[in-house]
Amino acid sequence: MHIVVCTKHTPDSEAKMSVDEAGNVSWGESPLIINPWDEYAVEEALLLREKYGGTVTVISMGPEEALEALKHAIAMGCDEAIRIWEESCADSDTLATSYVLARAIEKMGDVDLVLFGKSAIDAETWQTGPAVARRLGYPSLMYTIKIAELDPDGRTITVERLLEEGRQVVSAPLPAVVGTTKGINEPRYTSFIGIRKAARMEYPLWTLADIGAEADKVGAAGSAVRWPQIFMPPVREGEAEIIEGETVAETARILVEKLLAEKVI
Amino acid sequence: MSNDIFVWVEQFSGHPTAASWEAAGLARRLADELGSDVTACVFGGQGIEPLAQEAISYGADRVLLAEDATLADFRVEPQAALLAKVVREAEPAVVLIGATFRGRELGPALAVELDTGCIADCTALEFEDGQLVATRPIYAGKLLSRCVIPERRPQIFTTRVRAFPKPEPDSSRSGEVTRVEPVLAEDEIPSKVTGFKETKGGVSLTDAAIIVSGGRGVGGPEGYEPLRELAQVLGAALGASRAAVDAGWIPYEHQVGQTGKTVSPDLYIACGISGAIQHQAGMRTSKVIVAINKDPEAPIFKLAHYGIVNDLFKVVPALTEAFKEKLG
Repeated sequence: MHIVVCTKHTPDSEAKMSVDEAGNVSWGESPLIINPWDEYAVEEALLLREKYGGTVTVISMGPEEALEALKHAIAMGCDEAIRIWEESCADSDTLATSYVLARAIEKMGDVDLVLFGKSAIDAETWQTGPAVARRLGYPSLMYTIKIAELDPDGRTITVERLLEEGRQVVSAPLPAVVGTTKGINEPRYTSFIGIRKAARMEYPLWTLADIGAEADKVGAAGSAVRWPQIFMPPVREGEAEIIEGETVAETARILVEKLLAEKVI
Repeated sequence: MSNDIFVWVEQFSGHPTAASWEAAGLARRLADELGSDVTACVFGGQGIEPLAQEAISYGADRVLLAEDATLADFRVEPQAALLAKVVREAEPAVVLIGATFRGRELGPALAVELDTGCIADCTALEFEDGQLVATRPIYAGKLLSRCVIPERRPQIFTTRVRAFPKPEPDSSRSGEVTRVEPVLAEDEIPSKVTGFKETKGGVSLTDAAIIVSGGRGVGGPEGYEPLRELAQVLGAALGASRAAVDAGWIPYEHQVGQTGKTVSPDLYIACGISGAIQHQAGMRTSKVIVAINKDPEAPIFKLAHYGIVNDLFKVVPALTEAFKEKLG
């Protein structure tokens, strides 16, 4: 089994985000980390490797900061890590990013399974996984909360994936793209040995030429979406109106009256 | 190239989702501003024909109806293939899709198919100098981003559930229904749906008009019982904070917050939830927020409109009774 996990780096989920007058986004002193959703994808890849053997390769399209995500994945136990980047990749939307990732996966040639986190906590587009699946022509199995069956010899996978109404059970041939979601596993902590390995590891850098990508499909040139402005949302001021009756029953009745007056019931 | 607006109508077992009609209402508004038409794409299994008329009542001028077994259970491949085909033929300016799980998978697949852009989870969409400008939350709503697709067409947008009003259906509206055939035959579709496990509790979180949600304060799995009773009286969905899900008291499907679902109900009743920033990120756009918590210092009281400082196990059953009295 050759499993590829696609990842990216994001500001920490606790980060206090801000935007200055020039429109530059800042996350203050908070560190850059692996996108938290991607840890579920990495963990699932490692669990599958433990069960079926094989190799787990983690890839990321990004500048040097993307090494934070790759290092974390190696420290968790992935075998190989590859970064894909050159300056012209900047300002890629998901259309362009999915093109680069798909080209890199095609270059590897022997991939059985591609794993994603459900979305990235920064731009939250939820788009890169389904877009990569479409580009590769692989089955798209997003929001997977359980890999029910995997048969590497029969080349099939069965997953349970989350939809609003419940869990859809889907079978598909390999290779496939699986988007993982929280609940599929409990991501492991990095070990001391893992962190040491990640620090000593070589992180090959693939350029667009390496993956045979056409320059006009990458970066701003290859992107359809522009985001000219990022801003802070208006803050809601004020405190709750505290409701207090003589008894709990009276308190409840007062609240019910207020909610009926708000016309939300 | 036309100025028409396409909208994808999502259905589950033949039932349309509210997100579809929210998108249809937005499509109608944009088409009226452009002086163009709305086409609804209704692709499902046998027996979905009534949805065509329903789509017209929600604002469509034209419906493309595909009724075929391959489209009954949602799979992105046959839906994207057919949607791409009808979009290529009609060349609309805009395609709108509700940002449900299905819609979030379909939008980017369609964008790749048509080599165009998709802007996900929009909470506002307005014309500015003739250009459609989308607003969408990023970093769990800590920031907002304005996005455009300046050149490529169609412009695809997925609309955040409950961010746009669901219009009143108008059964006197008329429109034209055209049947279309699926592009992919069953043996050309790689994935097979072999089962469905429906979530217990019925009402789905993202569609719910009312959510009763419990956190650390419920104390254990059995602590959700009074919340369930209240939810049942109100026809509400049951939510949970991350603390309760991580403790194993309730399945992940119920989690609201940055690492769970983002919801925007008319009424959110937070019981025993302190209101960590991650939880707030998932429910802050609720219209009215009620907080029930023993701790008067809990951050949820800063966000809530109404608060009750008391034990939820006393307050919630009292609320259930009070609602029963009023609602019959």
